[in-house]
Amino acid sequence: MDRKIRVLIGKPGLDGHDRGAKYIARALRDAGMEVIYTGIRQTPEAIANAAIQEDVDFVGISLLSGAHNHLFPEVARILSEKGASDIILFGGGVIPEEDIPNLKKAGYAAIFTPGAPASEVVEFINLQMENRQ
Amino acid sequence: MSSTADIIRGVSEGSIRAVARALSMVENGTSNSSDILDELFGLRRGITLGITGPPGAGKSTLVNRMISHYRDEDRSVGVIAVDPSSPFTGGALLGDRIRMQSHASDPGVFIRSMGSRGHLGGLSGATRDASFVLSAAGYNPVIIETVGVGQAEVEVADLADITLLVLVPGLGDDVQSMKAGIMEIGDIIVLNKADNSGIDQLESYVKASLELMPSGLKRPEVIRVSATAGEGLDDLWAAVDRFAASHTEKERISRSAIKTLNEILKENGLLFSEKLLEMEYNGREEAEELILTGTMSPYAIGKNLLKAAEGMFEHNGSK
Ligand code: B12
Ligand SMILES: Nc1nc2c(ncn2[C@@H]2O[C@H](COP(=O)(O)OP(=O)(O)OP(=O)(O)O)[C@@H](O)[C@H]2O)c(=O)[nH]1
Ligand SMILES: [Mg+2]
Repeated sequence: MDRKIRVLIGKPGLDGHDRGAKYIARALRDAGMEVIYTGIRQTPEAIANAAIQEDVDFVGISLLSGAHNHLFPEVARILSEKGASDIILFGGGVIPEEDIPNLKKAGYAAIFTPGAPASEVVEFINLQMENRQ
Repeated sequence: MSSTADIIRGVSEGSIRAVARALSMVENGTSNSSDILDELFGLRRGITLGITGPPGAGKSTLVNRMISHYRDEDRSVGVIAVDPSSPFTGGALLGDRIRMQSHASDPGVFIRSMGSRGHLGGLSGATRDASFVLSAAGYNPVIIETVGVGQAEVEVADLADITLLVLVPGLGDDVQSMKAGIMEIGDIIVLNKADNSGIDQLESYVKASLELMPSGLKRPEVIRVSATAGEGLDDLWAAVDRFAASHTEKERISRSAIKTLNEILKENGLLFSEKLLEMEYNGREEAEELILTGTMSPYAIGKNLLKAAEGMFEHNGSK
C-alpha cells in the first residue's frame, strides 16, 4: 500500500501575493507529500470543493491581504457544511498575533506568520498525522 | 461512510465524497479496492478521452475548454490529471488543476489530481482504475491528462477511447524525430498555440512525418487550435465526435474490458512470481544474492520458478 499525505494549498479572495503559498507548496512536496495548489483568487467554496474531490488530509490557506478574519472561517464553515470537518486546517501569511486565537477557534490547527521556516510546517503536518493514527 | 458497501453505493449514486474516497482507495491499493472495482466495473459507460503531449503544451488549458464544452451539452465531466512524482522524495506538486479551477464550484465537474508515484509511461499505476470509478459514478466523458511526455510515454492510448496528442510550435526538428511512438498514438493531433509564430512550420513538419506512417495505420486528423484564445475549438470537438462515432459504445466497453484483463494478468503475474520467489528462494533478496555472486543467472532462476509453478499445478490437477 502506497499511502501519501495529501495537502491542498489554497488562496481565497483577491489577494495576489503567492510567493509564500508556492514556497510552502514546494517545501511540502520536497518532504514527500502530494500537494495540490489551486492558484490565486479562489472562492472559499471552490477551495472546499477541490479539497473534497482531491480527498486531502490537510487544507492550508494563505493570505497576506488582511482578509483572513473573514475568509479563513468561511473555508472552515463550508468544509464542515459539506461533511468534511475531518480535514485538518492550517494557514499562514501576514496575520497579526491578536487574530490567531479566533482563527484557531474557527478550526485552524496552526497559523504560520512571515519568517516561519518551512521545516516547522512539515513537522506540524507529520505530528498531526501521527496523532491521527 | 467507510464500509466497502457504503462506498460502492455512494459511487453509484454519484456522491462526491464517496467518489473521492473510492479514488483514494484504488490509488492506495487498499485491501478492499478490488472489491470496489469488481462492483463498479459493470456500471462504467461513456467515453474516455486521453490528452497527452510535451510539458507546457497547453494540455490543462485545453482540458479546461473541453470541460466547458461538455458542460454546455449538459454532460457531467470527470477529469484525472497526472503530474510527475519526484523519484527521490515521492512528493509531487499537482498543478494541472490551477487551469481548471473555474469549474471547481460546478457540481457537474469532478477533477482529481494524481501523482505518477513512480510509474513510467505518462500515467500513474492506478489511473485506469480511477477512470472506472469516475465512469461508474456517471461522469461522461472522463478526461485523462498525462504528465508532460517525451517520446516513449504512450500508455494513455491503451486506456483511452480517443487520444489527443497536443503539439506546439517550437518543437521544430523534434517533431520530425517523433515519427514513431508518440506520433502514432494520437487519434487526433492538436496543434495548439496557433496564435504563435511557427504554427505553419509545425503543421508542415507534422504532416510530413504522418506521410511516413506505415500505410496500414489510420492517419489522424490534424487540427489547429489556440486553447487560450479559444480558436479552432469547434473543429476539434467535431473531430472528437467523428472519431467517437467510429466505434459503438459496446465496442469501446469490450475493448477496455480486455485491456483491463491484460493489466490484471500482468499485475497478478508479478504477485504470483513474488510468492514463488518466496517459496523457492526465501524471497527476492536471496535470489538477488545468488545472481550477484554469480551462482545463478536470472534466466536460471526464471526457469526454476516456472518449473515450480508447473509442479504445483500438476500436483493440484492430479488430486
Ligand atoms: C513581495 C510583496 C508584494 C509583491 C507580491 C509578489 C507575489 N507574486 O507574491 C507585489 C509587489 C506584487 C505586491 C503587491 C501588493 N502588496 Co505586497 N508585499 C510584498 C511583501 C514585501 C513580501 C511578501 C512576500 O512575498 N514574502 C515572502 C514570502 C515567502 O513570505 P510570506 O508570503 O509571508 O509567507 C511566509 C509566511 O507568511 C507563511 N505562509 C504564507 N502563506 C502560507 C500558507 C500556509 C499554508 C502556511 C503553512 C504558511 C504560509 O510561510 C511563509 C514562509 O515563512 C509584503 C511585506 C512582508 N514583509 O510580508 C508586502 C505586503 C504583503 N503587501 C501589501 C500590500 C498592501 C500590497 C498591495 C495592495 C500594494 C498596492 N497598494 O498596490 C499590492 C496588492 C497585490 C495583490 N494583487 O494582492 C501589504 C499587506 C498589508 C496588510 N496585510 O494589511 C504588505 C504586508 C506590506 C505592508 N507592510 O504594507 N506585494
Ligand atoms: N500563446 C498561447 N499560450 C497557451 C495556449 N495554450 C496554453 N498556453 C499557455 O501555455 C502554458 C502551459 O499551459 P498548460 O495548460 O499548463 O500546459 P500543460 O501541457 O498542461 O503543462 P504540464 O501539465 O505542466 O505539462 C500556460 O502559460 C498557458 O497559458 C495557446 O493556445 N496559446
Ligand atoms: Mg497540465
